[in-house]
Amino acid sequence: MQRHAQVYPSKKTSGYDVGRVRADFPILKREINGRPLVYLDNAATSQKPVQVIEALDRFYNQYNANVYRGVYRISEEATVAYEDARRKIAQLINAKDPSEIIFVRGTTEAINLAAHSWGRSNIGLGDSIMLTEMEHHSNIVPWQQLAREKGASLKYVGITEEGQLLRQDVRQHLEEGTVKLFAVTHVSNVLGTINPIRELVREAHKHGCKILVDGAQSVPHMPIDVQDLDCDFLAFSGHKMCGPTGIGVLYGKRELLQHMEPYQSGGEMIREVHLYEATFKDPPFKFEAGTTDIAGAIGLGAAVDYLSKLGLRNVRDHEREITKYALEALGEVKSLKMYGPTDPETRGGVASFNLADVHAHDMASMLDEDGVAVRSGHHCAQPLMERLGVAATTRASVYLYTTKEEIDRLVASVERAGRVFKI
Amino acid sequence: MSSVYSEIILDYYRHPRNKGTLDHPQISAKDSNPLCGDIIEMQLELDKNSNVSDVKFNGQGCAISQASASMLTELVKGKKLDEVRNISKEEILSLIGGQLSAVRLKCALLSLKVLKTGVYSYLGSASNSKEELSAL
Repeated sequence: MQRHAQVYPSKKTSGYDVGRVRADFPILKREINGRPLVYLDNAATSQKPVQVIEALDRFYNQYNANVYRGVYRISEEATVAYEDARRKIAQLINAKDPSEIIFVRGTTEAINLAAHSWGRSNIGLGDSIMLTEMEHHSNIVPWQQLAREKGASLKYVGITEEGQLLRQDVRQHLEEGTVKLFAVTHVSNVLGTINPIRELVREAHKHGCKILVDGAQSVPHMPIDVQDLDCDFLAFSGHKMCGPTGIGVLYGKRELLQHMEPYQSGGEMIREVHLYEATFKDPPFKFEAGTTDIAGAIGLGAAVDYLSKLGLRNVRDHEREITKYALEALGEVKSLKMYGPTDPETRGGVASFNLADVHAHDMASMLDEDGVAVRSGHHCAQPLMERLGVAATTRASVYLYTTKEEIDRLVASVERAGRVFKI
Repeated sequence: MSSVYSEIILDYYRHPRNKGTLDHPQISAKDSNPLCGDIIEMQLELDKNSNVSDVKFNGQGCAISQASASMLTELVKGKKLDEVRNISKEEILSLIGGQLSAVRLKCALLSLKVLKTGVYSYLGSASNSKEELSAL
């Protein structure tokens, strides 16, 4: 088995107290139909710890002001907190410099920014963009649009039955010499597959191909080092990593960002404006037109503090243990088909499954009756659903507060659905 | 809370009544629910008095969409077209029973929407038909 750069050796998660972690999340005290909520839709969005909620509260109650140009006290405080958040995020992913961190609304906008500002100047007629069969729609559609506009083509990397990328596809496409960008997910939001990004980056770079990594399902769950990975862009969302909705990040290597055109234009991204022309600021400000989501960025900064304090290696270890437990427990359910890699070492905390012919939406509704929240449907990955030959799957996804007891509730509820549907 | 997954719903799902296609339907319509991927086709044959003489549904999807379609076929059989046109969503929901979330209502009412689309287009699309459909 090939070695994955983002896979860490198992070790005891000593010191990780999931009970204490859970106490930080007020929503986990909620009851649904008389039973404690079991929240297993973390790949869609995570819950928020009180530390993040309070950071938002503090901003609005004590120093809400627009950033940069106010010369008064609270504007200065807001600016410091906003830029502190950028610095914390840079540290989290080990970026060389905070100016490589662009605040956007989320992963989708991050990818759109890269497609617009980098893609339009660097992808031309006859070039191609390489994607994989396991991408989320947000890492497919912006590239389709760009390819159509520029007369470029798309090339897809297929997957094995277990849900691993077909490395020979990567090699073949790159050797054709037209691939200018490889846009690939770090962790599949359906299969949980952890892709060997470090190796893929090296391979792409050998052919002069840039690489954009969709980190929506990896940054919240495991240590990420962009300098070690050497990826050119990394896109991720705040709301999947304990942060508020509406804030996300595009990381880009500074030398790339410097040569990129603005994304949106208007206030705050300019150096000087005259009647018929304008000059633009340096990154990241060039890409942050208008008043950004200041509260969101500060909230995300608090989320990064929270994650850093827990330690993402501990989070990954905890999740791997829970995922292993879930894969084993679900694997014992009669007539249940699981998708994705079977080895918890090479998969994130996502378990997609179908129970015989029970429709995924019926399954999710039945689980909801028992207070278990999961996702059902195509998970914004229709090409992958087609590849798997299913209309939909039910997906349970874990996070740093998930317990084995919650997995037991999930499995018991799946078994109840099996009995109701007479499987 | 009473589960929508009653014995009755499961029975209609596992053993659907009036599932299939008709040879010479005067009314035929098909639609899908993009959220779930539910697909429902409804076909009706009318006698000379515009009564529904035969009806079939076809499709695939979740238990709620398929069971409700099957229940709907039983409801419309023998009815006058005017009565079919006036079937309300409340009638369907009471047949299904149990509690449905807002998202799952769409599954439950897909067959009625398809049926009404077919009836309206057969009747030459009455002026208010669009409004009635969008209320579903």
